[in-house]
Amino acid sequence: MKQKLVVVGNGMAGMRTVEELLKIASDKYDITVFGSEPHGNYNRIMLSPLLSGEKSLNDIMINDLEWYSTNNITLHAGYEKRVVKVDRRSKVVYAADGTEAVYDRLLLATGSNPFIIPVPGKDLGGVIAFRDISDVDTMLSAAKSKQHAIVIGGGLLGLEAANGLLKQGMDVTVVHNLEVLMNRQLDTVSAQYLQKALEERGMKFRMSANTSCLEGDEHGQVKSIKFDTGETLPADIVVMAAGIRPNTELAQTIGLYCERGIVVNDTLQTYDPCIYAVGECVQHRGELFGLVAPIWDQAKVCANHLAGFGIGIYKQKDVSTKLKVTGIDLFSAGNFLGDNDSEQIVFQDPSRGIYKKLVLKDDRIIGSVLYGDTVEGSWYFNLMREKTSVADFRDALIFGQHFVGDAGHQGQNAIVDMPDDAEVCGCNGICKGDIVKAITENKLFTLDDVRSATKASASCGSCSGLVEQILTATVGGNYSESPSEKPMCACTKYSHDSVRASITENGLKSFHEVAAFLEWDSGDGCHVCRPAINYYLVCAWPTEKVDDPRSRFINERVHANIQKDNTYSVIPRMWGGVTTPSELRAIADAADKYHVPCVKVTGGQRIDLLGVKKEDLPHIWKDLNNAGMVSGHAYGKALRTVKTCVGSEYCRFGTQDSTGMGIKLEKMTWGSWTPAKVKMAVSGCPRNCAEATIKDFGVVAVDSGWELYVAGNGGIKVRACDYLCKVTTEEEVLEYAGAFMQMYREQGRHNERSAPWVERVGLSYIKSEIVENPEQRKAFHARFLESQKYAQVDPWAERASHEVEKQEFIPLTQVG
Amino acid sequence: MTQWIDIGQLEDIPRLGSRVVESVHGDIAIFRTKEDKVFALRDKCPHKGGALSQGIVHGERVTCPLHNWVISLLDGEAQGFDSGCTPAYPVKLENNRVYLSLEQERKTG
Ligand code: SRM
Ligand SMILES: Cc1cc2nc3c(=O)[nH]c(=O)nc-3n(C[C@H](O)[C@H](O)[C@H](O)COP(=O)(O)OP(=O)(O)OC[C@H]3O[C@@H](n4cnc5c(N)ncnc54)[C@H](O)[C@@H]3O)c2cc1C
Ligand code: SF4
Ligand code: FES
Repeated sequence: MKQKLVVVGNGMAGMRTVEELLKIASDKYDITVFGSEPHGNYNRIMLSPLLSGEKSLNDIMINDLEWYSTNNITLHAGYEKRVVKVDRRSKVVYAADGTEAVYDRLLLATGSNPFIIPVPGKDLGGVIAFRDISDVDTMLSAAKSKQHAIVIGGGLLGLEAANGLLKQGMDVTVVHNLEVLMNRQLDTVSAQYLQKALEERGMKFRMSANTSCLEGDEHGQVKSIKFDTGETLPADIVVMAAGIRPNTELAQTIGLYCERGIVVNDTLQTYDPCIYAVGECVQHRGELFGLVAPIWDQAKVCANHLAGFGIGIYKQKDVSTKLKVTGIDLFSAGNFLGDNDSEQIVFQDPSRGIYKKLVLKDDRIIGSVLYGDTVEGSWYFNLMREKTSVADFRDALIFGQHFVGDAGHQGQNAIVDMPDDAEVCGCNGICKGDIVKAITENKLFTLDDVRSATKASASCGSCSGLVEQILTATVGGNYSESPSEKPMCACTKYSHDSVRASITENGLKSFHEVAAFLEWDSGDGCHVCRPAINYYLVCAWPTEKVDDPRSRFINERVHANIQKDNTYSVIPRMWGGVTTPSELRAIADAADKYHVPCVKVTGGQRIDLLGVKKEDLPHIWKDLNNAGMVSGHAYGKALRTVKTCVGSEYCRFGTQDSTGMGIKLEKMTWGSWTPAKVKMAVSGCPRNCAEATIKDFGVVAVDSGWELYVAGNGGIKVRACDYLCKVTTEEEVLEYAGAFMQMYREQGRHNERSAPWVERVGLSYIKSEIVENPEQRKAFHARFLESQKYAQVDPWAERASHEVEKQEFIPLTQVG
Repeated sequence: MTQWIDIGQLEDIPRLGSRVVESVHGDIAIFRTKEDKVFALRDKCPHKGGALSQGIVHGERVTCPLHNWVISLLDGEAQGFDSGCTPAYPVKLENNRVYLSLEQERKTG
């Protein structure tokens, strides 16, 4: 029999929890929801645009009444349906009108109450808060017939209310008790910019003002506000936006333990094990909540426990805020005021109305305020969350990502100005308009949602930043918030780094051990986590047989690239790009014998046999093996090619034997599995004909030795290498290359190429480990060589002998 | 009466993997899950014809190798926001032998 779940509070936190629950355990509960508002579940954040007239009521509904009935949820909505009593012993909930419901599990999601400052006159007609649809209705009807609006409170909410009322044609004065607007998000300077901009739109301010009372007319309607200075202002409507207090009324009545909010543990359980609580009504580890981003996380964890999976722990994350006033760009995150130990980088251009401040500690961003130009907000926020060292690009940091060497989708950053038919995702041909439509129609909230709905940024990922911006611009608020520890995939809460650490610390040896130990949501994982964990296992336990072919992408499983028509391509290794007539003859023979439809020279200095049938693979490999050729790993997250130029052997400018050096590098590094593919090149002089400075590891010969370069990329986002150091001998080149490979293998995240990895951890860190610390370098190099002992087995030969994975290449049988 | 064709034993199919049976209807992919359940789908992704037998099997689903659509092994339906369906065939496991029927399974419900 199904259990019964009763939810009190039909708002954002409660319904998000129910949605998460339906996703993972749709049959477990009969669900009943009580809500004191006479609506389905709507997006409270959007009350501001509703008030300003930019959105309609329909636009802001998340789940309409039909959603409840299609999901078999009983909804009791309306003021008379507010829950007033819970009998915890017999587990029954009672609404004001006597409606009852029995529960096995109860979820409290009662949100918060606006704080009404206790001044005389606070109960007069026309004195309202800004919390729900009925408040907005009151304001809209006041705007029709009345003139003067007073908003008490110069925080986010107050300013959004004031802006809406102004747009509705009222004369609006914001009363704030401090000198700084939005003092919880802004510093003095940015607050002044903001105030000036709002004043230019016609908003008026009384700063550092204390209200002594509200005065009413004979009908009990508010008519003016009086300050302690004696000044009075006319007021037809007064909006109190002075803060919120967790709504713990019901919880307290029924004797649940509350402090400032309903106290919950890391699984969102209250002191009564049958009762859970989420959202603004809760207090978790001493903190209260007022934004949706953390509430989304709570909903997920809570749903997981309600579903009986008993996994997942709620952890608090950094949040950032934006003001949803059209035309005003403002972004704030972290410790934006700084302290004695922190430093600040400030950029100010008063005539353009731009102010940016970054607060740094130990070369890491700990807070930021951006005013007027917030394009870089998500980048800074990301650097902050990832605790990325900015030491190497501090000088350009304040100017933005564009200035720290980043090509790709830049120059398109001003999302708002992008026309609807501008292509955002080049891989899947998705335009801005498609994305906006999907977000509004399907009520999407996160980057992942948008990805799966539209496929935008689901392929190469280079447009993720743009898509994230469109998301924020479309839904406003902080939806696109991703947690500071980004989970590896939807199967888990854990990030790549924590999964990896736990593999080594706990000696885990298989995907299923990892999944059991870290309490994966789904038994077999998915196509994202299985290959990642497989790689981490292979890297952590090089001497053991931990590799699981079933967790590898097809290309790595059959050691060839799958093509659009399900045939395969075969690229034999051509060491350093050098071949011989007999190798070429063998390739030509193989191409004839297996009717290869296309023979092509690749961009990596070797030859591709395209369109080979799967069942021919072991045979063609055998023929190539017999001519001395091995797999080129063109299909793997592994060493691809080492490109070389002719070098000193033939070239009139060559300073060293770059071809020979390249071959030695390739012989040392082939066969190694890496987080993402690795490409190398060696040029014989600074003319750099092998394009060594856009490779993961590049070597440029000079008269006195070899210059080493790292972390270049010629793909989606072109990135020139960083200069690592200069060495004199070939042995040193090999040692540095091996050390860099191993450091990347051990620390790079699956699917993260060396360029983003180095950007994330900082070049200084790489240098400190590999250049400045010879012992560390030698240790990395030694570990690399050790693991290569087991990795340098030609996968083609193993399969050509028909011993390994034989069943991969032949059909099971033929029928009918 | 369903015509069952013996196509081999369970061990011929790798766990969390797939093998192909060639038939008059084209290739049919036979999948085996971690729990040793077997399923059969036409080896052609409803998106652009990717060979589903080459995908990663997880739970009772397979991820297509070409563009990562996730297809249900139960009924061949694309999951999530993708839509499309590939025909499913009845299979059964008896005494460790796998039997396939070529009467194309009709979509139910
Ligand atoms: C065969 C080749 C194109 C050619 O005909 O020349 C090729 C073919 C593919 N490339 Fe490439 N790349 C080839 C050289 C390159 C180069 C040039 C180079 O290596 O000098 C680059 C830019 C340099 C770089 O990587 O920094 C390149 C950047 C990419 C990228 C973007 C990587 C990035 O980090 O930005 C991808 C996508 C990916 O890996 O996710 C990619 C992915 C692919 C895949 C594997 C797409 C796929 O996943 O199926 C293509 C397989 C085609 C097929 O049907 O077999 N290919 N690819 C080249 C093989 C070189 C070799 O001998 O191994
Ligand atoms: C105007 C405005 C703008 C905002 N802008 C942003 C923003 O830009 N970004 C952001 O992250 N956040 C924003 N927020 C905050 C965000 O809306 C809240 O954090 C979020 O709605 C909290 O969700 P909740 O479910 O805890 O509370 P609510 O959404 O308030 O839901 C609680 C529900 O419970 C009902 N209820 C209470 N007691 C009972 C009872 N006894 N019986 C039955 N029902 C009951 C209430 O009527 C209410 O419907 C904004 C809020 C407002 C008001
Ligand atoms: S070979 Fe590379 S560039 Fe060409 S289509 Fe394929 S992935 Fe794109
Ligand atoms: S062909 Fe299967 S996902 Fe595209």
